[in-house]
Amino acid sequence: MESETQNPNPKASKVETKPKMDSKDQSFKLQANNVDVFYGDFQAIKNISLDILERSITAFIGPSGCGKSTFLRLFNRMNDYIDGFHMEGEISLDKQDIYDPSIKVEELRKTVGMVFQKPNPFPKSIYENVAYGLRIQGIKDEDFIEKRVVESLKQATLFSEIKDDLDKQALALSGGQQQRLCIARALAVKPSVLLMDEPTSALDPISSGKIEDLVHELKKNYTIVIVTHNMQQAGRVSDNTAFLYMGELIEYGDTQKIFTNPEKDRTQNYITGRFG
Amino acid sequence: MRVKEKIIEKVLAACALVTVLTTLGIILILAVEAFVFFQDVSILEFLTSTQWTPLFTEKNYGILPLLSGTALTTLIAITVALPVGLTIAVYLNEYAHERVRKVLKPMLEILAVVPTVVYGFFALMIVTPFLKTFIPGLAGFNALSPGIVMGIMIIPFVSSLSEDALSSVPNSLRQASFGMGSTKFQTAFRVMVPAASSGIIVSAILAISRAIGETMIVAIAAGQQPRFTFDPTVPIETITAYIVQVSMGDVPYGSIAYKTIFAAGITLFIFTFILNNISYWIKTKYQEKYE
Repeated sequence: MESETQNPNPKASKVETKPKMDSKDQSFKLQANNVDVFYGDFQAIKNISLDILERSITAFIGPSGCGKSTFLRLFNRMNDYIDGFHMEGEISLDKQDIYDPSIKVEELRKTVGMVFQKPNPFPKSIYENVAYGLRIQGIKDEDFIEKRVVESLKQATLFSEIKDDLDKQALALSGGQQQRLCIARALAVKPSVLLMDEPTSALDPISSGKIEDLVHELKKNYTIVIVTHNMQQAGRVSDNTAFLYMGELIEYGDTQKIFTNPEKDRTQNYITGRFG
Repeated sequence: MRVKEKIIEKVLAACALVTVLTTLGIILILAVEAFVFFQDVSILEFLTSTQWTPLFTEKNYGILPLLSGTALTTLIAITVALPVGLTIAVYLNEYAHERVRKVLKPMLEILAVVPTVVYGFFALMIVTPFLKTFIPGLAGFNALSPGIVMGIMIIPFVSSLSEDALSSVPNSLRQASFGMGSTKFQTAFRVMVPAASSGIIVSAILAISRAIGETMIVAIAAGQQPRFTFDPTVPIETITAYIVQVSMGDVPYGSIAYKTIFAAGITLFIFTFILNNISYWIKTKYQEKYE
């Protein structure tokens, strides 16, 4: 392993890069402050601090096992279920610590939605999949639910393809349609943040392209964090990119800059495909 | 070497054949003897009469009282076993720690290996007197007590198979549900249980099929009075209990009363056969959903 000359003591210093702002009134939606994550004795995340702008797309890139998925899942506390999981530091949403004991995890996840690597619709109808988030909140007003279902499916650019088949089984849809359905399902509860964990890795290029277009469209109203293995995808869709390696944040900043003129050699090597 | 392999193959095939032939033999004998029975008794009377008195001087051959007795005890049993068994399955799969699960699961299966004669006595000597404190009108022999005890006996059928069904639901669905802000309870009952529904239904059908065929508990604790009723507090008789009663030996060989065993037997067989086929059909039709 090559030595990290720029950053000999990760505990003491911080990666001095900041995301690019589109406008001055944009503020930080999600913030990580000196975050360490352990699974038992294994340290998966090493002292990462990073701020994510609202209504922007932030990509996490890095080789397999670098901790990017673990890091993503901190923002909706999906790691809580893993045996031996332990976190230090602070993660905040709208300046509020989300690991504070007073925070209800269920409420947090209604604000921070998630789309997974493999499309995972419930074995229910298309309609019921999208309605699920509303039903678990105890909403009974069927007109309201129907309006929200249609609206969410339209937002996820799926409605025109399936508008006559809302009662059909979701599992009968193609992989790409299933993934857009999962996005619609997440949008139905009106989150403000959308976490996407390699959302196109199980899809063909055409379906992936549709998801990318959709993500770009959603940026107007949502803060999106996307983990991806695909360099081109990160380059195409994101405003800011964070490069993680072995649990450390190596570089974070404007996507254009990271991809054309990275500060660190390791970033350069990864992006140009020399390792990873 | 070649010859030896051939012989081994033949022996193995013969073993498999024995089970098939046994089944066929049972079906054949049941059918033939029942056919002889129906030469003397009309099928219409058998299916519609509400009296079953083949051992009395005034003979009636209506299967309905035995069917109602069987249906009643089975219904009580599954009413106990399905909710309890399913709750246990959900607890084991969604809540319990791995360590708890490893201890609890084998302990549950013990319920299924207790000799049924023990259950029968338990129903008669302990459960019935206990229930009498709440239900003063309860007869010493009744459908309720053996029904409940039978339900306890078949809990492992429901819990074990339902747990298998739940654990084969992909973890990604659980994650999706949690990701939407569901509680554990909502995830368990709105996502996991519906997703495992085919397996849970199969477990319930197999448990019902087991309850229908159960003999000892009802023979001991339900009384031996064929009665066309759905009142759980009075003595009744199930098909199986009747077969036991007649097989005890008081009935002359070859008489009509003797042949009622086969008529009752084939009725029982048809029911369990249909149930097993339904469960098999559900299993093959819905199981590949997640592949």
